[in-house]
Amino acid sequence: MTSTTEATSTDQSRYFDSRLESKAPTGPIEERWDQRRFQVKLVNPANKRRFHVIVVGSGLAGAAAAATLGELGYRVSNFCYQDSPRRAHSIAAQGGINAAKNYQNDGDSIFRLFYDTVKGGDFRARESNVYRLAQLSVNIIDQAVAQGVPFARDYAGLLDNRSFGGAQVSRTFYAAGQTGQQLLLGAYQALERQIAARTVEMYTRHEMLDLVLTDGEASGIVTRNLMTGEIESHSAHAVVLATGGYSNVFFLSTNAMGCNVTAIWRAHRRGALMANPCFTQIHPTCIPVHGENQSKLTLMSESLRNDGRIWVPKAAEDSRAPGDIPDEERDYFLERRYPAFGNLVPRDVASRAAKAICDEGRGVGPGGYGVFLDFRDTAGGATAIAEKYGNLFEMYSKITGEDPYSSPMRIYPAPHYTMGGLWVDYDLASTIPGLFVLGEANFSDHGANRLGASALMQGLADGYFVLPATISDWLAGKLGKQPVGTDAAEFRKAETLVRERTAQLLGNNGKRTVDSIHKELGRVMWDYCGMARSEEGLRKAIGEVQQLRRDFWSDVRVTGEGQHLNQELEKAGRVADFLEFAELMCTDAMVREESCGGHFRLEHQTTEGEARRDDENFAHVTAWEMAGAGPEAGADGAAPLELIERREPLVAEYVQPSQRSYK
Amino acid sequence: MNLTLRVWRQAGPDDSGGFVDYRVEGVTEDMSFLETLDLLNESLITSGDAHGPIAFDHDCREGICGQCGVMIDGVAHGPQPATTTCQLHMRHYRDGDVILVEPWRSAAFPVVRDLVVDRGAFDRIIASGGYISVATGSAPEANLTPVPRPQADESFTAAACIGCGACVAACPNGAAQLYTAAKLTHLNVLPQGQPERYERTIAMVEAMEAEGFGNCTNHAECEAVCPKEIPLGTIAKLNRDYIRASLRAPAKT
Repeated sequence: MTSTTEATSTDQSRYFDSRLESKAPTGPIEERWDQRRFQVKLVNPANKRRFHVIVVGSGLAGAAAAATLGELGYRVSNFCYQDSPRRAHSIAAQGGINAAKNYQNDGDSIFRLFYDTVKGGDFRARESNVYRLAQLSVNIIDQAVAQGVPFARDYAGLLDNRSFGGAQVSRTFYAAGQTGQQLLLGAYQALERQIAARTVEMYTRHEMLDLVLTDGEASGIVTRNLMTGEIESHSAHAVVLATGGYSNVFFLSTNAMGCNVTAIWRAHRRGALMANPCFTQIHPTCIPVHGENQSKLTLMSESLRNDGRIWVPKAAEDSRAPGDIPDEERDYFLERRYPAFGNLVPRDVASRAAKAICDEGRGVGPGGYGVFLDFRDTAGGATAIAEKYGNLFEMYSKITGEDPYSSPMRIYPAPHYTMGGLWVDYDLASTIPGLFVLGEANFSDHGANRLGASALMQGLADGYFVLPATISDWLAGKLGKQPVGTDAAEFRKAETLVRERTAQLLGNNGKRTVDSIHKELGRVMWDYCGMARSEEGLRKAIGEVQQLRRDFWSDVRVTGEGQHLNQELEKAGRVADFLEFAELMCTDAMVREESCGGHFRLEHQTTEGEARRDDENFAHVTAWEMAGAGPEAGADGAAPLELIERREPLVAEYVQPSQRSYK
Repeated sequence: MNLTLRVWRQAGPDDSGGFVDYRVEGVTEDMSFLETLDLLNESLITSGDAHGPIAFDHDCREGICGQCGVMIDGVAHGPQPATTTCQLHMRHYRDGDVILVEPWRSAAFPVVRDLVVDRGAFDRIIASGGYISVATGSAPEANLTPVPRPQADESFTAAACIGCGACVAACPNGAAQLYTAAKLTHLNVLPQGQPERYERTIAMVEAMEAEGFGNCTNHAECEAVCPKEIPLGTIAKLNRDYIRASLRAPAKT
């Protein structure tokens, strides 16, 4: 026993890294954000315009940050790859945004939202950050309403709420099935106001292709103008990445086609530590795959689980129409396995349960990978359904050609959100000084599983409130110093590397299309690093990913030229980075020898098939460093990545880890 | 099924462009229209076609980001009502169909390449006043401002606009009235939007005109193609607010 303890402690010290200090204040948790805001150095209002900040990404986190920094008086450059900042993928979020307003008087509080989020994340999030998130949630709703975000209201004109998976209170604010669009429009409008005020300069159709460091600090970025192909350098006093998640490593996901890992991967290659990349969320309610030419998967909002009941026939291969199958021959498997939460169990639990049923051979629909989501028993019938979910029902019917009012929907889990990302401290600062990371691109608040309606909350908390308060601590130290000029050697060098890489892709002239390789990568990741993972499978996946990387660099064909809009070239650069990132993701999944949240290791489950967490050995954030890597290594094909594992221990001060039970 | 796509190819803003016919084989009814273009592009890449793959804008592919949009047989977003191009599925076509595919055509949306156009004018209309000026942190408690259901619903219906530009593409005059009216209605019917209501209306209408969009002559083609079914009534509202705003004494400074 003693020797084990000793071994563990030596083990932990081996992974220690002084950079992984959260810097969260240590007083009572409800006072920490106040404390930190008091500690940070401020920039006097008259001096703010002397500072220039680059914000990459224009989703909820990026647009909110750029707009707010502009309002404060900083000079901001904001970049997005879309043709308008309003199109960032936050726009597609359907269900809602959580806030501890307790308008429903049903026992909610900041502490309860904090508790639910830590528990929902399977005790793998940093408590101080999550508490702050719950505190700020109420300010977000105030801000959004003042901007004119048209949230759903009751007949007295007051804000309405609904319940969402993983919670037993109604704290979710929503705007029909397009909460993300409405919140993003609020942030986008605030951003456009600052663009008009000339505090923010907007660069649409620009993609960040490298991060530039000077004397170990982030000093700017290199971008490609997607319209003209021009490679451009931009320098600033600080760089903020709000570039979203990496679900498209699976090829098929609910993410927009352009979502990619490139910005954070380039930063990682430049030295920013990447945390918990294996924590990915597979969302339970998506429309099943229809065939080989499918390009993306579509989510059906989790809010459907408030009224819809999930089931499969008790007998395998029951060919009757769903409506002809009597209740006693239906298996409402979530209600059966988890009577307390029923259809409202968290996403990871619901997804795994559906997979298990389909693996047993009881799935429905073509291919057998689907379960029914049935609205037959909904109070108020079709009228009530249409009012609450009308647009989702229409979308389902457009995509499948079936009428969900007359027969149940078929759903299956799909990659949707990634909890992992660049490691950040309490200030949202990465391990590269001067580089900050917000929203889905960082790893911070959702632990191993994100609760529904919490992504919008985190993106906006980071962008509107956290970064604008903490970034002054960094900028204050830069007073009187100009940003490094873009003619500096570091910029020249980074530009050259980007040009060489572009030329290499265009000159390769192989036989395989970018998409064909991306699809193959997606299959490997889905099979071995998806909803169920094992050491054996992950080892196999790493080998296959390395082989695919070799295939890519030796045989990919990218048509066209670099000096115009070239969408194949854009895709190629993104897939090249996914092919490296995938190896890190599998490696992270392999060293985390436990099951927690969305990370399910077949070797670590209870006899009932539930996740078995290991708090003694894995109550930490895994943060990866890449050894000896500049972006030059990108073209090395199958050479394995040199990865160094570091750890930030997680301390449970306020929420004691327990077996996460939804029974 | 096998189809013929007659697609507008244009190498750049200065190229004159023209139609090229492509045969696409093995299209299945569950595929989306954009997946059909994907399939065609894969074959154009592997066959080494002289024009290369067709450039087209798209991103979320679930009908909400507003980035996609082409004229399909002369109709913005194609034949299905209330449907973006990405949500149009091939079950509405039959084997042997010939489909004409063009970019949005409007002076204010210059063609960038093939089916891609520049809709930057829409952002500039918003920048001219399409917001409520409330700096982060200065918002009052959310439930202090109740919004009666009818106004809340009207605001939401207008706010559903995804900024795709189909309204402009469908309009014989290339007018952006429906887009501008949707944004104005979204903000102007809310209590929070009142302080800046008239300044906003004037500013956005002027910005719209400055961008080179045509004038609205009530053809209502915009409403017919709008994937989010923004009602034509929003334009009446815009006109009303614009007249009222024009009659108001300029604000004293």
